[in-house]
Amino acid sequence: MAERERALTPPYGGVFVPRTKVMDPDDVKRATWRMAHEIIERNHGTEAVVLIGLQTGGVPFAGRLAEAIDSVSGVMVPIGSLDVAFYRDDIGLRPVLPEAATHIPVDLTGKTVVLVDDVLFTGRTVRAALNALSDYGRARAVQLSVMVDRGHRELPIRPDYVGKNLPTRRDEMVDVSEEGVVLGDVMPR
Amino acid sequence: MTATVRAPDDVAQDVAEDVAEDVAESPVPIARLSTAKPGKRQHLLSVADLGRDGIEEILRLTDMFAEVSARPIPRVPALRGKTVVSLFFEDSTRTRLSFEMAAKRLSADTMSFSVSTSSVKKGESLRDTVETIEAMGIDAIVVRHSAAGVPWQVANWTEGASVINGGDGWHEHPTQALLDCYTIRQQRGRLDGLRIAIVGDIRHSRVARSDVLAFTALGASVTLVAPPTLLPSTLVGWPVDVSYRLEEVLPSCDVVYLLRLQRERMQEALLPSLREYTATYGLTRQRARLLSPGALIMHPGPVNRGVEIAAEVADQPNSVITRQVRNGVAVRMSVLYLMLGSGVDLGA
Repeated sequence: MAERERALTPPYGGVFVPRTKVMDPDDVKRATWRMAHEIIERNHGTEAVVLIGLQTGGVPFAGRLAEAIDSVSGVMVPIGSLDVAFYRDDIGLRPVLPEAATHIPVDLTGKTVVLVDDVLFTGRTVRAALNALSDYGRARAVQLSVMVDRGHRELPIRPDYVGKNLPTRRDEMVDVSEEGVVLGDVMPR
Repeated sequence: MTATVRAPDDVAQDVAEDVAEDVAESPVPIARLSTAKPGKRQHLLSVADLGRDGIEEILRLTDMFAEVSARPIPRVPALRGKTVVSLFFEDSTRTRLSFEMAAKRLSADTMSFSVSTSSVKKGESLRDTVETIEAMGIDAIVVRHSAAGVPWQVANWTEGASVINGGDGWHEHPTQALLDCYTIRQQRGRLDGLRIAIVGDIRHSRVARSDVLAFTALGASVTLVAPPTLLPSTLVGWPVDVSYRLEEVLPSCDVVYLLRLQRERMQEALLPSLREYTATYGLTRQRARLLSPGALIMHPGPVNRGVEIAAEVADQPNSVITRQVRNGVAVRMSVLYLMLGSGVDLGA
């Protein structure tokens, strides 16, 4: 993941060097299942629930979460994807390019939107996503689901569903995929 | 690659020889496409500067701005606090409105400059005008001028602001070429391998020059179709074929791109009459039937209905003229964002 992000953030074009495997593929699967149950429990079912993955890391995770919800409840909830590049507050401070067009399949007015991302860090992406969402309608509620909460929040934002709380240093990097969660460093090339 | 000339008759043959003579005298070819990875790009002056990678990056981004334009609230805060000025020394409807709408959809502020109500009327020079505008603290200037090269001059005079060529004389109109590429790609999925005929007043057309560069950069093959008097005096270095018979080209082309007959730029008698032009080079209903099904009909506008294109043909389903205009806004959002917001090298 995040090839492009590594190319665009300091140290530019750095190489990810894995150090510690924090979760293995089964851990990731179990955490996904647990979060699926929690989403159903909290919302008393799946009615009006829409999953929206944040580009790029959150999109595949949203797909797996929806599958897990389907297995548990027998309902496939609508899935969308959201690219928040145009809403970022660091436009002009670092290169910001969107990865893919946003796709929101339903009108969000009156829906319960679950934003899905792989890693929660400063909270700025989520802040941008909240602004973006309001352009698509007035959701009844917005919840946040992340596989890894690595701390270092810069805004008053907290997740509703967490795969794993992982204390990190600011300069570390967390790589999340279906194959597991790996903590490592980005080395200048 | 050079132009291959298929002359149908003696007149054309003579012209071809004239062209060959002119070539010896004027070695200025059409611009060569950049293949180098450019550094941070401040200005958009020519399609050639972008290179294939730059064009494709803009088309990729345009998909995202097309999605923004389709939203219930078609506006993103990406360029909040930026100011875009349109500096038009020549008349325009779509380019100017399109740039202004693009800037507004990115939440930038816009200012509009028209010569007829400005101090240019009192004799203020172009340079002083540009420096005055820049002193107000603007971020981008979209320039249109009847003289080729003015955007380059303006770019030399500005310090921080980005300069975008909105059409200079007969020379270039890069954002038109980009929106044309986007429209073709949207309709046909790609440009690579497509055969595109550009028909009409090539000589006076900045659209034709930018389109030839952009279409061929993306792998399309281009045939110019025009009476010899409406071709440029030299086609050296143009990666195109030339034909003088529209009927021969129509059946095999995937896109027919009609140009407006620019009567305001014609200083000499280049055509016997408009009616004769329509009779030999107009896309009439009869000629439109020669097109293969699915072939696109395009026109940069404004359309002279009944001259280069029959009114009914312009309204056919395979005519994408209004779609070109719609895509123009998204393409210009993409250009403005890349110049002012992204902080990214266009060629990267």
